[in-house]
Amino acid sequence: MEEKEEKRKVEMISAAEIRDKYLRDEMMPHIFCTGCGIGNVLDYTLWAMEKEGLDMDKTVFLSGIGCSSRLPGYIDVDSLHTTHGRALAFATGVKITNPELNVVVFTGDGDCMGIGGNHFIHACRRNIDMTVIAVNNYIYGMTGGQVAPTTPEGDYATTAPHGNIEPPFNMSEMAISSGATYVARWGVKRPNQPINSIQEALQNKGMSFIEMMSPCTTAYSRQNRMGAIEEFWDWYEDKTILAEDYEKIEKFGSEDERETLQDKIKIGVLHQEEKKSLSERLQALIEEVHV
Amino acid sequence: MKEEELEKAKKVIGDESQFIHGDTAVAYGALLAGCRFFGGYPITPASEIAETMAEILPKVGGKYIQMEDELGSIASVIGSSWAGAKAMTATSGPGLSLMQENIGFAHMSETPLVLADVQRSGPSTGQPTLGAQGDIMQTRYGSHGDFAAITLSPNNIQETLDYTIRAFNLAEKYRTPVFLMLSADLGHMREMVKIPKEVNTFERKQPKVAPEDYVPFGKGEYGKEKVPEFGVFGDGYHTYVTGLTHDEQGFPATDDQEDHDNLIRRQVEKILDDREELTDVEKRNLDDADVALLSYGITSRSAMGALKKGREEGKNLGYLRLKTLWPFPIKEIKELSKNVDNIVVAEMNLGQIYHKVVEHADCEVRLADKIGGEVHSPDEILAEV
Repeated sequence: MEEKEEKRKVEMISAAEIRDKYLRDEMMPHIFCTGCGIGNVLDYTLWAMEKEGLDMDKTVFLSGIGCSSRLPGYIDVDSLHTTHGRALAFATGVKITNPELNVVVFTGDGDCMGIGGNHFIHACRRNIDMTVIAVNNYIYGMTGGQVAPTTPEGDYATTAPHGNIEPPFNMSEMAISSGATYVARWGVKRPNQPINSIQEALQNKGMSFIEMMSPCTTAYSRQNRMGAIEEFWDWYEDKTILAEDYEKIEKFGSEDERETLQDKIKIGVLHQEEKKSLSERLQALIEEVHV
Repeated sequence: MKEEELEKAKKVIGDESQFIHGDTAVAYGALLAGCRFFGGYPITPASEIAETMAEILPKVGGKYIQMEDELGSIASVIGSSWAGAKAMTATSGPGLSLMQENIGFAHMSETPLVLADVQRSGPSTGQPTLGAQGDIMQTRYGSHGDFAAITLSPNNIQETLDYTIRAFNLAEKYRTPVFLMLSADLGHMREMVKIPKEVNTFERKQPKVAPEDYVPFGKGEYGKEKVPEFGVFGDGYHTYVTGLTHDEQGFPATDDQEDHDNLIRRQVEKILDDREELTDVEKRNLDDADVALLSYGITSRSAMGALKKGREEGKNLGYLRLKTLWPFPIKEIKELSKNVDNIVVAEMNLGQIYHKVVEHADCEVRLADKIGGEVHSPDEILAEV
């Protein structure tokens, strides 16, 4: 614990130094739109890694298909940019083959919860020691704004021109109920909590899931008439509530106050527990039966 | 592979002579070849490969995992291969159909792996417990886009074990997925097998240069020129691996015709340049033959019966067995067709390899097809002579 505290006190280096240290110059310019939150997610991840002092020679990034899945390409590290939805299955093979590698997966709401839903729940169930950072922009951004499994009911998308008639998935709740041992949800608006949270996720010896609510200005806000990016920031501010505040109101709030929770999205560390990871279980098995 | 690793594998396998079925032989061959990762999903008639691997892999420090589906099992195998292990999966037709997406990824990312396919009748779930040879084209053309496949087809249990080792060696040598084709009958048939004392294994070439000089998808610096060295994850090479069209450094180059052309032609040529070296056929009685019986896998055992019976009846028959299906042995077929009047292709489908023979033969080609899960009788092949 003392060592961890020590690491947290490391002085932050400048953004330019972070860029020089971790990113691939030859991949610039990046593909992301103005106002997109994915850059923030990358930024927070790099800060967390810097604070944690991860060895980049022993760190592997994986991703599937979608805007957020292009992130590993920008980081100077071993990485697998895989097929749509399958990154967690690839990551499973990487991690259990070489448990010494730090494994980080970038995914999106469509990649993780749509086409990759089965791999997602099983990766959580196995409690594989890896960090999954899911950029939830509530829409299929790269393909032009189609409805996603996370799109709020009534919202518009190119394939929901009359408004989405389906109820959405709650990715973090799914992670918790499937067995992930560290689950947190944050918006991209404020940096400090997500940076600290990603660092905790990297430290967790098991499946860590971070859901980052992130604006898609091109495909989502345009169709849902949110206008400028500021409206997105306001939306986050109005819609989200810290998990501890939520619980306080739930327990001690008046009826009116409890009523307001109906439309709120909880942010914060939503779940944390200690359980054996798959690598630990496999190692124990090998020690038991090894010739 | 290190001597002690081989000794460990032999110790786990046990007796030097064993009466085992084809599925077990695949698992034993894999262990001897140095396979240390298996990602699987249950499917008849291939499940015994996974069951045997689940039993023996942890005993040599290897990792077995049953994934949530076939999409995941082939994905985990590719991940494992990049983390440095010799890795494999096993399935049957329906599973192979599901795996096509990531088989394409393995071709594009030049990932060594072995896929054992114990074929059953299709399409769809078909006849789960009965054999067929319906997946031959699927290994060659199943995934979209252009690529060259290596597909092996043993016809007995000893050869199944030996060819599993060969499959791993070819996968590592060419940085490519290699298919090992069985069928339900071969997978579940028992024969005596000798566990080899010595095993020649090929280990993938790893870069010797500094990370900044490493070109992960360019020319091979040593070994084969069209097969780049493989920088294992965690060794400091910082390789970006993508299924997108990429340049020699591995970075997406999706808008450039030349980049795509260079990449894919190299990937195809690294295998097809060695077509004759990879070709492996068994020939019998071809010198004076008027009619050649051409077959592969389990069907070749019936063809052998047909050869003997036909010869006894005074027919000038010959026998050609394809042990390597892809790359297709063009030269052998061309030469054969010059020396015989016609070729009878026997296979457990309505014509797959038949079409490749027609494409390259300069003589009449007939098809002795059979579907429904039963192996040909020799008479059924002779009926086409």
